[in-house]
Amino acid sequence: MKTAVIVFPGSNCDRDAQVALKASFGGEPVMVWHGDADMPAVDMIVVPGGFSYGDYLRSGAMAATSPIMREVVKRANAGVPVLGICNGFQILTESGLLPGALMRNAGLKFVCRDVHLRIERNDTMFTSRYTQNTAIRIPIAHHDGNYFADADTLAMLKGENRIAFRYCDGNGNLSDDANPNGSIDHIAGIYNEKLNVLGMMPHPERLMDPALGGTDGTALFEGLVEALAA
Amino acid sequence: MSDNTVKITPDTIAEHGLNAEEYALILEIMGREPNYTELGIFSVMWSEHCSYKSSKKWLKTLPTEAPWVICGPGENAGIIDIGDGQAAVFKMESHNHPSYIEPYQGAATGVGGIMRDVFTMGARPIANLNALRFGSPDHAKTRHLVGGVVAGIGGYGNCMGIPTVGGECEFHSAYNGNILVNAMTVGLADTDKIFYSEASGIGKPVIYVGAKTGRDGIHGATMASTEFNADSEEKRPTVQVGDPFTEKLLLEACMELMATDAIVAIQDMGAAGLTSSSFEMASKGGMGVDLDLDNVPQREEGMTAYEMMLSESQERMLMVLEPGREDEARKIFEKWELDFAVVGKLTDTGHMVLRHKGEIVADLPIDPLAEASPEYDRPWVETEPAEYLATMLGEIAKSAPDDVLKAMMATPDLASKRWIWEQYDHMVMADTVARPGGDAALVRVHGTNKGLAITSDCTPRYCLADPVQGGRQAVAEAWRNITATGATPLACTDNLNFGNPEKPEIMGQLVGCIQGMGEACTSLDFPIVSGNVSLYNETEGNAILPTPVIGGVGLIDDISKAATLAFKNHGEFIVLIGDNFGHIGQSIYLSLATDVQKIYTPPALNLHRERRNGDFVREQILDGAVTACHDISDGGLLVAIAEMALAGNIGCKVEPNMVHECPLNDWLFGEDQARYIVTTSEEGAGTLIAAARNADVSALIIGETGGNAIVINQEMTQRGNISLDDLRDVHEGWLPSYMAG
Repeated sequence: MKTAVIVFPGSNCDRDAQVALKASFGGEPVMVWHGDADMPAVDMIVVPGGFSYGDYLRSGAMAATSPIMREVVKRANAGVPVLGICNGFQILTESGLLPGALMRNAGLKFVCRDVHLRIERNDTMFTSRYTQNTAIRIPIAHHDGNYFADADTLAMLKGENRIAFRYCDGNGNLSDDANPNGSIDHIAGIYNEKLNVLGMMPHPERLMDPALGGTDGTALFEGLVEALAA
Repeated sequence: MSDNTVKITPDTIAEHGLNAEEYALILEIMGREPNYTELGIFSVMWSEHCSYKSSKKWLKTLPTEAPWVICGPGENAGIIDIGDGQAAVFKMESHNHPSYIEPYQGAATGVGGIMRDVFTMGARPIANLNALRFGSPDHAKTRHLVGGVVAGIGGYGNCMGIPTVGGECEFHSAYNGNILVNAMTVGLADTDKIFYSEASGIGKPVIYVGAKTGRDGIHGATMASTEFNADSEEKRPTVQVGDPFTEKLLLEACMELMATDAIVAIQDMGAAGLTSSSFEMASKGGMGVDLDLDNVPQREEGMTAYEMMLSESQERMLMVLEPGREDEARKIFEKWELDFAVVGKLTDTGHMVLRHKGEIVADLPIDPLAEASPEYDRPWVETEPAEYLATMLGEIAKSAPDDVLKAMMATPDLASKRWIWEQYDHMVMADTVARPGGDAALVRVHGTNKGLAITSDCTPRYCLADPVQGGRQAVAEAWRNITATGATPLACTDNLNFGNPEKPEIMGQLVGCIQGMGEACTSLDFPIVSGNVSLYNETEGNAILPTPVIGGVGLIDDISKAATLAFKNHGEFIVLIGDNFGHIGQSIYLSLATDVQKIYTPPALNLHRERRNGDFVREQILDGAVTACHDISDGGLLVAIAEMALAGNIGCKVEPNMVHECPLNDWLFGEDQARYIVTTSEEGAGTLIAAARNADVSALIIGETGGNAIVINQEMTQRGNISLDDLRDVHEGWLPSYMAG
């Protein structure tokens, strides 16, 4: 199976995504430079974290207008799985693949720490290896992770069961204390309508190795491998 | 208009920070009066910051060599061999003055500058650390400075995608008007792909890459070489402005070009920008250089030669390329949307000739200017020996140990710094094995099982009381931090922060600290491979504490064998390694006694014992004989144990087991050196104690892990029971509530 990582000027988790994909999918992912005209046919695309274009305009806003994103949108619409992590999530909302926006953290500061996420559903290709309503531990590292959507959009996300992860405590309980950035309804990640696009602020690729203190991120990638092989 | 119409008067000379003798030397070297541009160039090259004129004589005494040292001081950063064809490249540098004037940008550009020093040598940065010292928490500016500096460090490092994995942060009124921001970067390079600044090859093109040159930071190096006064805030325009996004592009573009063989020499534009980088490259290679300033990419209109040469705009590099490779290199920099300009060529004249708008605006002989910069043997006096303090004084000596512990864990120096390091991305690059909060950070060498242990340390209150012991202790503690992870300490970088060296007592502190550092480096096989000196850290005549910060790097072959400080299991034995004499002088415990103001002798550092104890502990860690390890430093034995308990969320019982009789609190909170706390299974304890006896190392069982409180032997005190939850609240609570205030 072939995977791709999109690289923008200022991406900085591209190598981490590359390592994670290689560990789970086996082959070397294609690293696609934002300016490259064409991306080969791939089975899955990661839009990695970082500070694309310095995030100087608004996180993800510049990258969303880059030519490669038109291609990513096209592939996503054709059913290719797309995973946007952190800045990648911001780019996916800015490019319209996902609804809502990521605003400055409620605490106004950059936050880097492990958080717990409640698995809202485990019947998608991203979460099949997790157990529904249990908590997993995954790190966050962002300044603009405060998810916001208007009431209608939020109602739609809930109605269509498109919330992927919610910030929670170690036992899976939701609380303001467990919400690191003020996200509305504790949202840490959401799906598109067809469930083949996932945007999430936490970094599953950073916790896939016992040497780094945890492996809760592994199941996300392994679940994808399994789903795509089927 | 050219600045060269400006007349050189005694005032102009003084404004450039040059004294009469230095100006006389300039006249001798030039054989004529310099013009304004030339005077500006002399002033930055001969500034304390660039020339090390007060410290050079003493820096030369430091040990800098070992079989594993590839490159010692004198280049952009030091380099050590870590095996398998790879090298660790690292350095620490100060950005003190700018950070006081404009904390966010000052700290951010400090981080940006030190990362450039590392990647200009061909090393990809893999870890950042920072050693911060602020004024008293009660001082009106402190809160603002802490917030700005931390945000600036995070803003730059996070955007670059280099993890900030450790450091230190202390508070003392001596830094009220002069904070310290020392940033360290460690990079990873292939030993056959290291780049140096020595230029060679007459006619080869000199290339400018990176961001454009603006008027920011003009005379930053000169500012860093004078004392502060009430008007210093007016110097805000001399603080540079950082753009981490551009630096990230510069890093990637340089790495891409470095994979080819097109580069002859490369040097980042740091302090004194274009002047210093071009001089250093030409001077090291014994070359001349012609620069055409019309080709320098400029951000602002109408910049003069003087401004361009003295600008400290960030994110710029100068390099010499192999002839004919310009197009290949240009393509790479254009891909990364950076400026690329051929600005000159190497010559055989031994002169730097600057042209601007068709005129020669400066013509300076390189060697005399760079190499014959002034070197002073400044007068110095030895620091008065302090009095020895046998036992704790003041009211607090009567307090129960649990009350003292609670007070200690909430002091600004010992309180948790989580509020700081959670603002730094410390996990990006997915190789951070030991996160901030432990003895040393442990960062995996990407794609291997090896790890680099990295730390920074200094105890300024010891240096103030006894510079020689303090210098020794700074090196020894960095060595000890690395040892406590199981890694072998290999080399260090130093950042010497002192007051005005023209005052003999300050110069005496510098001389004493360097002497002590040198002794420790020699005894511990821990050479200094790079460093930075920051003098004139005074405001209105008040000097900072002598602060020689040591950044250390060590290597562990197998990260799975590394130790962490967290208690792992209930029912394990707690073993004290090293002797406990209950030394109170200059301890944090003593600083709690507000009714005691005198300076007393700091703990003496026996280097033989330090080496022996450390080598023993490391061996036990690598043999798997201990389950946790923590070195004992600020706050003494009980603070170390409390930190281990909090990290593992497992309590313990402490049994004061005294070989040298002293009051219980002195035993618990004294700061004797060369000590560690380790834990071991009950069965393993006997073997460990026996091994220690064979190695002539003192090892005593002083307690047992378990429960959810720290309990100090009930017979000796009626109380002495503090729950981990209470302890965590005070320990974690201080900094967030201070910053919220």
